[in-house]
Amino acid sequence: MASASTALATPDVDAGIARRRTLDLVFQAVALLVLLAVLAALAALVYSILHDGLGRLSWDFLTSYTSRHASHAGIRPALAGSIFIIVLTAGIALPVGVAAAIYLEEYGTRSRMARLIELNIANLAAVPSIIYGLLGLGLFVRVLGFGGSILAGASTLALLVLPVVILSTREALRTVPMSLREGSYALGATKWQTIWYQVLPVALPGILTGLILALSRAIGETAPLITIGALTYVPFLPDSVWSPFTVLPIQIFNWVSRPQVEFAQNAAAAIIVLLALLLTMNATAIWLRDRFQKRRIS
Amino acid sequence: MKRFEFLIERALLLCALVSVATTVGIVGVLLFETVEFFTEVSIVEFLTGTEWTPLFANPKFGVWPLVLGTLLVSGIAMAVALPLGLLSAVYLSEYAPPPMRRVLKPVLEVLAGVPTVVYGYFALLFVTPLLQSLMPSLAGFNALSPGIVMGIMILPLVSSLAEDAMQSVPNSLREGAYALGATRMQTALTVVVPAAFSGITAAFILAVSRAVGETMIVAIAAGQQPRATIDPRVPIETMTAYIVQVSLGDTPAGTLEYRTIFAVGMLLFLGTFGLNLASTWVRERYREVY
Repeated sequence: MASASTALATPDVDAGIARRRTLDLVFQAVALLVLLAVLAALAALVYSILHDGLGRLSWDFLTSYTSRHASHAGIRPALAGSIFIIVLTAGIALPVGVAAAIYLEEYGTRSRMARLIELNIANLAAVPSIIYGLLGLGLFVRVLGFGGSILAGASTLALLVLPVVILSTREALRTVPMSLREGSYALGATKWQTIWYQVLPVALPGILTGLILALSRAIGETAPLITIGALTYVPFLPDSVWSPFTVLPIQIFNWVSRPQVEFAQNAAAAIIVLLALLLTMNATAIWLRDRFQKRRIS
Repeated sequence: MKRFEFLIERALLLCALVSVATTVGIVGVLLFETVEFFTEVSIVEFLTGTEWTPLFANPKFGVWPLVLGTLLVSGIAMAVALPLGLLSAVYLSEYAPPPMRRVLKPVLEVLAGVPTVVYGYFALLFVTPLLQSLMPSLAGFNALSPGIVMGIMILPLVSSLAEDAMQSVPNSLREGAYALGATRMQTALTVVVPAAFSGITAAFILAVSRAVGETMIVAIAAGQQPRATIDPRVPIETMTAYIVQVSLGDTPAGTLEYRTIFAVGMLLFLGTFGLNLASTWVRERYREVY
């Protein structure tokens, strides 16, 4: 009886299994193709930029001021502005972000105030960058009277990256073993001495990795700096935090917006420089992280 | 010593409060200028008008063209990022052998780390000409090309958050499905994806919020013509692109024109803030507890 029904059912079941297996293979192939298509898009992006821009890249291009003639124009003020503003952003975001993270991780973890701050940071991380630009325009440029200066730009970017710096610093602090703190307390150190002499040095590579990754987001930001009134034409190098300035992404935007193909090539060349800067920063972050991990294992 | 410790703690708290001050600052700045704006322009005209010509001699302040432009580009971006992002996530989470995952995930992260101005270049000077060769009626500035490129930009966000959600589905659920004779596809689509539904939905909402707030791609490749249309082939303007357009000109503070960008910014902030809250709510409310 049982064997008869099995014999009857077998062709159907086999066909069903075969169909489902085929479907599974098709689905897997489609999903893999999608992933490959995404990678192809990335390849097309890199190719189009290298193809358009490599020919324009030269020492002159890096060291010349911008010009109405595409072939004479360079990125000197934009590159200097980008580097200046990133260093200043780091100078503001690092101490404030690390201090905030220390408070949340080591002091107020259970307080209601800390919960409120955490919630707030999570929400801030998802606010569009151009809204930070409007904040910078209203607060730093107008109310505090910084004008469209490097200081206003760096302050705006510092607020923008602060959530990322705080989150990554907290993660770095969390990896420091409790036994280290307890050892320090046992020797009679106060809480702050423990944090300053024991916890922070151990967490430092992790903190710096997070900072660099946050800054690599800031260096590509365009919209908030346009909003606070960064210039598109700057015929001089910034010499103080009060200088007007331009940055690489704004210079790229300016060149892309022009109809002439020569300026598009300039934009592509400037993009190569920007991506090279980003790559260097990310490589540094990865190197730091690897060193950090090795030291923790040993 | 005690006093020093106390001072340190207060100083640290003060730094932590900078983040709260940022939120207060954003709301304060936007609210102040928006209220000033609405003393001169009726809020009804702003929210219901279909013409946006604040820079003309006879200005009209209906924000709909900007909102529609934003929704159109975001919609196209989502049509690219959601299905493709989800498929990538299913593949990475359920199919890909571990060495392949280790290679593919960082590459996707590279895609997420490219500055948006670079994507703008790519949309205007690579994707638009490519699309024009397939679709001759496409204008040089349009919603389609930046929409597609924005979708590619957001895809890693969708894929990585959705994959995280799927990875947190316990293996016992998968093993149960396999024991019943399900294939990997059936397991993925009928067991893992439903179980990770809250995380995936939260990822989708966050992606929409990112698309709505994205600025440079549309400022470069979508044109700057506020137009109440859903035709993806013609130039349009988004809320974010409008803010950039006005900021590039030298608009004196205190003028009505200057205030428009804060009113538009307020709308943008409320929209993205609402989406972010919805994302958090969905994740918390519908989270499966194993």
